[in-house]
Amino acid sequence: MTGRRKKEIRFSRLYSFSCFRSSSRDEHSQIGQKGYSRVVYCNDPDSAEQIALRYRRNYVSTTKYNALNFFPKSLFEQFRRVANIYFLVVACVSFSPLAPYSASSILGPLFLVIGATMAKEALEDWRRMKQDVEANNRKVKVYDRNHKFQDTRWKKLRVGDLVKVHKDEYFPADLLLLSSSYDDGICYVETTNLDGETNLKVKHALDFTSSLHEDNSFQQFKAVIKCEDPNDDLYTFVGTLYYDGQQYPISLQQLLLRDSKLRNTEHVYGVVVFTGHETKVMQNATDPPSKRSKIERKMDKIIYILFSVLISVSFIGSFFFGINTEKDIDRDRNVKRWYLRPDRTTVFYDPDRSALAALFHFLTGLLLYGYLIPISLYVSIELVKVLQSVFINQDPDMYYEETDRPAHARTSNLNEELGQVDTILSDKTGTLTCNSMDFVKCSVAGVAYGRGMTEVERALAKRKGDVVAHDDGNTSADLQGKSIKGFNFNDDRIMNGQWVNEPNADTIQNFFRVLALCHTAIPEVNQETGEIAYEAESPDEAAFVIAARELGFEFFKRTQTSISLHEIDHTSGRKIDRSFTLLHVLEFSSARKRMSVIVENDENQLLLLCKGADSVMFERLSNDAQDFEAITMDHIKRYSEAGLRTLVVAYRGISKEEFRSWEEEFMKAQTSVSADRDALVEAAADKIEKDLILLGATAVEDKLQKGVPECINKLENAGIKIWVITGDKMETAINIGYACSLLRDDMKKIVITLDSPEINDLEKRGEKKAVAKASSASIANQIREGKLQLSSCEGNSISFGLIIDGKSLSYALSKNQEDSFLDLAINCASVICCRSTPKQKALVTRLVKKGRGRTTLAIGDGANDVGMLQEADIGVGISGVEGMQAAMSSDFSIAQFRFLERLLLVHGHWCYRRISMMICYFFYKNIAFGFTLFWFEAHASFSGQPAYNDWYMSFYNVFFTSLPVIALGVFDQDVSARFCLKYPMLYQEGVQDVLFSWPRIIGWMLNGVISSMIIFFFTTNSVLHQSFRKDGQVVDFEVLGVMMYTCIIWTVNCQMAVSINYFTWIQHFFIWGSIAFWYAFLVIYGAISPTTSTTAYQVLVEACAPSPFYWLGTLVVVLSSLLPYFLYRAFQTEFNPMIHDVIQRRRLSSSELETSRDLSKKTGYSVIIFKI
Amino acid sequence: MNSTTLSSSAAGIGSADSTPPRRNSKRPKYSRFSQQELPACKPILTPKWVIAAFLLIGAVFIPIGVFSLLASRDVVQIVNQYETDCIPEGSRTDKVGFIRGPQDKTCHRTLSIRRHMKQPIYVYYQLDNFYQNHRRYVKSRSDLQLRSPENEDETKSCQPEGTLNGTKAPIVPCGLIAWSLFNDTYEFSRNKRQLTVNKRGISWKSDRERKFGKNVYPKNFQNGTLQGGARLDSSKPLSEQEDLIVWMRTAALPTFRKLYGKIEVDLNPGDVIDVKLQNNYNTYSFNGKKKLVLSTTSWLGGKNDFIGIAYLSVGGLCFLLATIFTVIYFIKPRELGDPNYLSWNANPGDH
Repeated sequence: MTGRRKKEIRFSRLYSFSCFRSSSRDEHSQIGQKGYSRVVYCNDPDSAEQIALRYRRNYVSTTKYNALNFFPKSLFEQFRRVANIYFLVVACVSFSPLAPYSASSILGPLFLVIGATMAKEALEDWRRMKQDVEANNRKVKVYDRNHKFQDTRWKKLRVGDLVKVHKDEYFPADLLLLSSSYDDGICYVETTNLDGETNLKVKHALDFTSSLHEDNSFQQFKAVIKCEDPNDDLYTFVGTLYYDGQQYPISLQQLLLRDSKLRNTEHVYGVVVFTGHETKVMQNATDPPSKRSKIERKMDKIIYILFSVLISVSFIGSFFFGINTEKDIDRDRNVKRWYLRPDRTTVFYDPDRSALAALFHFLTGLLLYGYLIPISLYVSIELVKVLQSVFINQDPDMYYEETDRPAHARTSNLNEELGQVDTILSDKTGTLTCNSMDFVKCSVAGVAYGRGMTEVERALAKRKGDVVAHDDGNTSADLQGKSIKGFNFNDDRIMNGQWVNEPNADTIQNFFRVLALCHTAIPEVNQETGEIAYEAESPDEAAFVIAARELGFEFFKRTQTSISLHEIDHTSGRKIDRSFTLLHVLEFSSARKRMSVIVENDENQLLLLCKGADSVMFERLSNDAQDFEAITMDHIKRYSEAGLRTLVVAYRGISKEEFRSWEEEFMKAQTSVSADRDALVEAAADKIEKDLILLGATAVEDKLQKGVPECINKLENAGIKIWVITGDKMETAINIGYACSLLRDDMKKIVITLDSPEINDLEKRGEKKAVAKASSASIANQIREGKLQLSSCEGNSISFGLIIDGKSLSYALSKNQEDSFLDLAINCASVICCRSTPKQKALVTRLVKKGRGRTTLAIGDGANDVGMLQEADIGVGISGVEGMQAAMSSDFSIAQFRFLERLLLVHGHWCYRRISMMICYFFYKNIAFGFTLFWFEAHASFSGQPAYNDWYMSFYNVFFTSLPVIALGVFDQDVSARFCLKYPMLYQEGVQDVLFSWPRIIGWMLNGVISSMIIFFFTTNSVLHQSFRKDGQVVDFEVLGVMMYTCIIWTVNCQMAVSINYFTWIQHFFIWGSIAFWYAFLVIYGAISPTTSTTAYQVLVEACAPSPFYWLGTLVVVLSSLLPYFLYRAFQTEFNPMIHDVIQRRRLSSSELETSRDLSKKTGYSVIIFKI
Repeated sequence: MNSTTLSSSAAGIGSADSTPPRRNSKRPKYSRFSQQELPACKPILTPKWVIAAFLLIGAVFIPIGVFSLLASRDVVQIVNQYETDCIPEGSRTDKVGFIRGPQDKTCHRTLSIRRHMKQPIYVYYQLDNFYQNHRRYVKSRSDLQLRSPENEDETKSCQPEGTLNGTKAPIVPCGLIAWSLFNDTYEFSRNKRQLTVNKRGISWKSDRERKFGKNVYPKNFQNGTLQGGARLDSSKPLSEQEDLIVWMRTAALPTFRKLYGKIEVDLNPGDVIDVKLQNNYNTYSFNGKKKLVLSTTSWLGGKNDFIGIAYLSVGGLCFLLATIFTVIYFIKPRELGDPNYLSWNANPGDH
């Protein structure tokens, strides 16, 4: 199919039927009813009626918060996270006597963490607000009571105001176009902000208003507009203008949307219809679906596990506490632990109500062991991800010079997901290819013109083993010293006006006339050079117009009703101007797959010019077949094999009567407001697009982007499966597949198609049910056969490529077949879906995502890929020729397909590694800490007394251990970028999720428990009762706390040092700095008066530092608690190394000899050849 | 494969010029930082490094272990458990009754010195199964009150030992800790000659100077219905009540020693020390043991073999691991970075 399909949902509807002027009665029947109730009193915003309607002003606010609600609202947002709720509850309980430590030491870190997140929110909102203020205070000329246009701020604008907008200004609201500086009331708008397209669109004023050219002609102008209510559909607008007792229908054609820009027009006058948040663009402003990465979802589960650990630990604690408390007074009322005064106690320690005491103690336990839940985890991860995104955005290796675009991570949520991609679903046009169409060949009247050789042809020839001579097409273009964008055609027979000498000169003339007339492009004449550039809605169209120009049919002017060409008269050879009256444009749509214009030439002949896909065009040709029909078909087949996009060009003459009767019918369809309007219009258009006379076919080449085959090869080596989902014909798709090395000769192809004689027969007979049944059966059968083929080759190193067309896909995606289809597809190395619709793209994506449970990445560039991008786990948009719509709804945008390699293999792998290590480590450090509290508890008869000073504990997550883990998350790398790319199979660590597998997570947690045991038991045993210094002093509560805490700080920070692979000064600074900070904190905190420092007063200086036990204990405890991990790593790297271990070793021993060795690896489903 | 189509052209659609340097280019600036290519040390666990690390740990730890053990062995320590022996035979069925009773609780113990004990000899009492780290107990004190007389009413945290029998008269020092002050006393004599026990300087200096006020005197202490532990001399300020200060530094674990005093003469082998002790303190309610400990110190501190053994065993383990690794390394040498590992479908290692 052609690339035009991509645009079908955008441009074509904006550019509507230019000749449509009539106003029939029944059209806007819904006006005034529900959904169509808006009334605008033009040029009379002060009227009582208008004010009574209380429409909003033009003030716009896109901020999430305002000064008043910021606090409650953002707090609410914060507490939607389970962990934060928990901490809030903890903070509340901490004010009761249940709390094991002071309330401020709990609230401090909570405020810090929540404050940081809220500050981030506030900053983002502040930026939005600044934009709003800027927009609200822009000036526009508004017609005031003194009949003058006065500068007014945008926000003061009211519905019904008359405004004047000058060239290159933005429209302040949705306006009804009244007139423009052009006589015929047209104007050009640029809608880049709305849909990302850079081409200009034409808007037309109503005939009767287009004469209001002067500022003062509006004095008496009063009209009423009744139209639809505000809605978010950018492509519809229905309304009626009441003026002077007359009714005039108004449509999108008269509506100027806010945020689009006036171009090529001096000024326009318009009436404000929708303001502020009621404008179409603001109604459209919805947030894209938010995606969460797999790791984060898994992390939630871990948090839940930790919560259950927390609850069970608290339960155990309160159980034993209850028993101990109960025993304090025995049955004979003898007090046991008299020093606790159990006879005069509160409910919390009452032996007579020990169950209640245990219940309260359970709450205390929840607080005490709260350190198992890392409070700063979320905020740290968010910070880390933002910094990771900065690295992605700042990577010059992903910067594209041509379009001046760096890579852009539009969301930072999914960084680590980039390292886990299992399947890439790629669009073809504009993604694998440049989407800059080159007109390379054509077939006119059965003669094939154009001598260039396409890249696909070259790849094809190479496959066949031919020695490829450098094609002459390019070289001759080079010889001419001038290459024209969009035109790579070379054939002496028809170039430079030589076509007149060809036998079929008339047909050739008609052929290029169709190309020059049948389009929606807008010419832009460069005033200085006189050269003409075209604003076309698609590159294909531009290529046609350029080709026509190069061959002597230069389209240079378009008005509302006419198209003018500079043409070389083939009899005289002179350049003459020829003008055609444009009567109708029958737009392109993906369903119609064709486009027509109806024009009247200067000999008053009515002509229908049509171009379209071969599948729809051949059946519309007149029955008295042209003799070259078969030859043309053959040419088309050859073109598409060569990877070219083909269109059939045809025309027909129409009699005036036929046109008139058809027009009436068409108008009716056109103006109906019912839901099936499109179908009616289509049916009407169908009636005239028949009995066409074939002229020939065009072939444009869509070149592969630079580096695509290499990139695909790399990604396949990384074990990523690539599916191409394209709208192209099967032959084209297959050939592109070969050209970009998705398909190889050593692969077996499984083709699933419905193009069988039986089904075609049934289709012709129109038995829909029978067709469906037969198709379904046929697909099931083909899938079964495919599977058989697969299983018969199991064990061999043969890989398969699956090719399926759109029609078959719709059956294969049906409920009962999708599983078996998926089964087949995932066992093929590459899958190509051709002729698929945007909806199918999204469906396939969903199928892969759901069916495999693996991470999918969709990459595309056009509006038709948006569904796919949003459906996939990660959407990558190519910010390319087709505008920004895909990039806007993507999660990452890059400028070229080849950057995907670096994005996934380098950044993805790193981010995955960093985040998973970071989370594991986070849990490790909190478990190591939390469990020491528990062991201590067990030795304090589970009374809920923490072993440490309150502030040591609250600083644990915030100061003593947070920075190194952030450094890990931002900077750590197992191997450098060069090695990531050199050994793409490293990527499989992420796909197989080895770094964040349950065994590994549990392993880290166990490591934490072991560390805590070593810390507690070694410390307590080494200073058990004896004096710990020469002066006979014994260890007390406080000193033991400091000793244990010192060991924890050392252990978790050294654990970090042992487990990371990459030490820059940053890591050194953070890790050793955190440890040093602990000592500094102890000294400073200990120096403050004991009123504040309480038990910590002078503890290091006076008690611990002079004790050799303190230092010796720290050394042995820290080393012992690192030993298990170190031992595990030593044995694991030696005997069961992970991929990154091997690569690290190779880097170390990187003898050049080894790097030149080729390795071949067999995988489960495809052979991967590493060329190292 | 290269694309020429995107090069500039006169009639192109939105033709892009590619002449560097472009103004306002969005090209990210290259820096070693942003490209994550900072100079870095990238440690790798090669067998050599592993063996070296183990050997190093072993080489450092074993000497430390030996020295610590030697230091611990140097310490002479005499432990005498007396909580049962100091109850007259007849009262042993009702120890709690005895200890609460008004009888004379004097008890004589004999300690014979086997090794030379160099002064200062530290005298400790050791209690067992006594939860000084119980949350109710730990919190039951008022630091403000201890520090200055103005705050003597700050007894909220001390309940039920905050005020005198429900009146408003504050108890100084208040709280369960002070109330349960240890009150066994020891008198030592060698050959009938009294050995002085120096009770000065047994507490932390910072406690004496900053936490216990010089002008805070005991008030209403142990005047309640139920007497807990020792009484205090209400003429001495708290800062001089060192037994109290020591006791108020709560112990971390249920078995603990606290400093009682120092004997500042050498004790020689063969010496027999007669201890006259007052067995006043009630540990019988909760089955706690009581021990009298005399101990010298080494450079390391008191007698505890644990740290020495820990060092020796960790060091030994490291030597052992180094040996194992070396043996494996020599018996079954592996090519560093054997490319055969690079197959990603080979089951990668996990925990």
